[in-house]
Amino acid sequence: MCTFARNLIAKTTLIKGMLITKKTIQVLTTVTLLFTSLAIFAGGGGGTSSNDGGRVNTKEEIEAYKKHHLADSHDFSLFSYTNDHGERKHVGFPLPVIVWTSKGLKTFMSSAFHHNDDGHEIVEKGGVKLVKIHSKIYELEEGATEVTLDKDYHASNAHKVLDFSMTKSVFGMLLVGGLMFFGFRSLGKSYKKGAIPTGAGRFLEPLVLYVRDEIARPNIGEKHYRKFMGFLLTVFFFIWILNLLGLTPLGFNVTGQIAVTVALALMTFLIVQFSGNKDYWKHIFWMPGVPVPMKIILAPIEVLGMLTKPFSLFVRLFANITAGHAVVMGIAALMILLQEQFSTVGATGISFILTLFLTLIEVLVAFLQAYIFTMLSSLFIGMAVEEHDHH
Amino acid sequence: MEIFNDFSVGLFFMQLVILVVLIFLLAKFAWKPILNSISEREEGIQNALDAAENARKEMQNLQADNEKLLKEAREERDAMMKEAREIKDKILADAKSEASEQTATMIENAKATIKQEQQAAIAELKKKVGDLSIGIAQKVVKKELASQDDQLKLVEDMLQEVTLN
Repeated sequence: MCTFARNLIAKTTLIKGMLITKKTIQVLTTVTLLFTSLAIFAGGGGGTSSNDGGRVNTKEEIEAYKKHHLADSHDFSLFSYTNDHGERKHVGFPLPVIVWTSKGLKTFMSSAFHHNDDGHEIVEKGGVKLVKIHSKIYELEEGATEVTLDKDYHASNAHKVLDFSMTKSVFGMLLVGGLMFFGFRSLGKSYKKGAIPTGAGRFLEPLVLYVRDEIARPNIGEKHYRKFMGFLLTVFFFIWILNLLGLTPLGFNVTGQIAVTVALALMTFLIVQFSGNKDYWKHIFWMPGVPVPMKIILAPIEVLGMLTKPFSLFVRLFANITAGHAVVMGIAALMILLQEQFSTVGATGISFILTLFLTLIEVLVAFLQAYIFTMLSSLFIGMAVEEHDHH
Repeated sequence: MEIFNDFSVGLFFMQLVILVVLIFLLAKFAWKPILNSISEREEGIQNALDAAENARKEMQNLQADNEKLLKEAREERDAMMKEAREIKDKILADAKSEASEQTATMIENAKATIKQEQQAAIAELKKKVGDLSIGIAQKVVKKELASQDDQLKLVEDMLQEVTLN
């Protein structure tokens, strides 16, 4: 009887394992198919200025490439190459462009620009002429047929439009949002089966506990922390996963977009202001325990402090991630720049070792920035909800 | 400034919308069940630990009680055994004294009975001797009237008869 039961257990485990493997293979196949079907959607872009097949060789080109990567993009391009016929091929997929122009909302796929990024490709949509210059979409003024650029490379006869496009960053955010939603929902559901999570939940649960016990509880306090957990956990994992995604060859730079970090910091700011109790406001406008002249002097300082807190939050995150990306790209570019001094092998070796080292540091920074953002957010929230019974 | 040129209002609003939606979705479908389950589990663990501690204490109490009970039982047993021994001794002593008393009474009784019997026998004997004497005397008196010799002879026979009886 006992051996029978053991056999049965062994068999079910085996079958389960096989099923999982099968599932994984299925998922992988789907993903691969998806990518291959989406890849190579457009060929023969006309806008490459250099005639060496778009290679990035000079210092200026490297700088431009870095800038291009750090900026948001309207397509999801993985890499580009030039084929035997001298045509530029871009591997990736287009993303929808949604812009609010002078003639209302216009939507089209970014492939309409044919990877042109300097305003030569004009897209006509319902009476408005749209061009893309340095990842920004401009609307040509009435009557203009071609964009004219001044010496600073700014369009003189076009103006920016409100761009709600699903850019690469928006795509990245949605991807991370989806990943988080399904990952954590499955963790939440797994508790119905038993008190101890299985599978990916084993990895996710300690992180949730970490945010709760190391970040929220000590800073906000046992009494109030629970209602801010939704925000803190979401922001922590959102920033962290996006930071990590930024280190992959997918080339996301979401947390390096200032608009994104401003939005994140604004959320913290709003939450702090709306959850601030009487004491919090009293400490800002009428500091207790100091003479009246001091109270008057302190009030504007405190108001300024109230505003600098979210400012420091968004600048810190933005600057760290941007700097990280810039430095990693710069070090990687040493492979090209040091070629003359150290030969190809030497330059590649130096660049490889340094890039590896820096990327490892960036992995740490990815976590650290998510931690600091969440930590400071909870610290500010903690200050706002703190109860001063000693006054 | 370059940094403000990079700021995309559209991206900012997209991020705000995505973030707010994500916070609400996750808070409802993920964080709430996760945090609730975790705190439930923690409470469960705490309760289990408390229960174990309580059980340990109870166990200790029980053990102490047991020991006390055992000690008491032992004492009681000792006391009982002592009592039993005493009772036994007493019974034995009582039995002995009673037996000797009874024996003495029985002997006394027997002696009295023997004496009575003896007296009764003596009285019977006396009566019988008296009757015999009277009978002899009667017969002697009757025979005396016939002859002297016969009388004598009779007496002689009679006497012989008596001795035979």
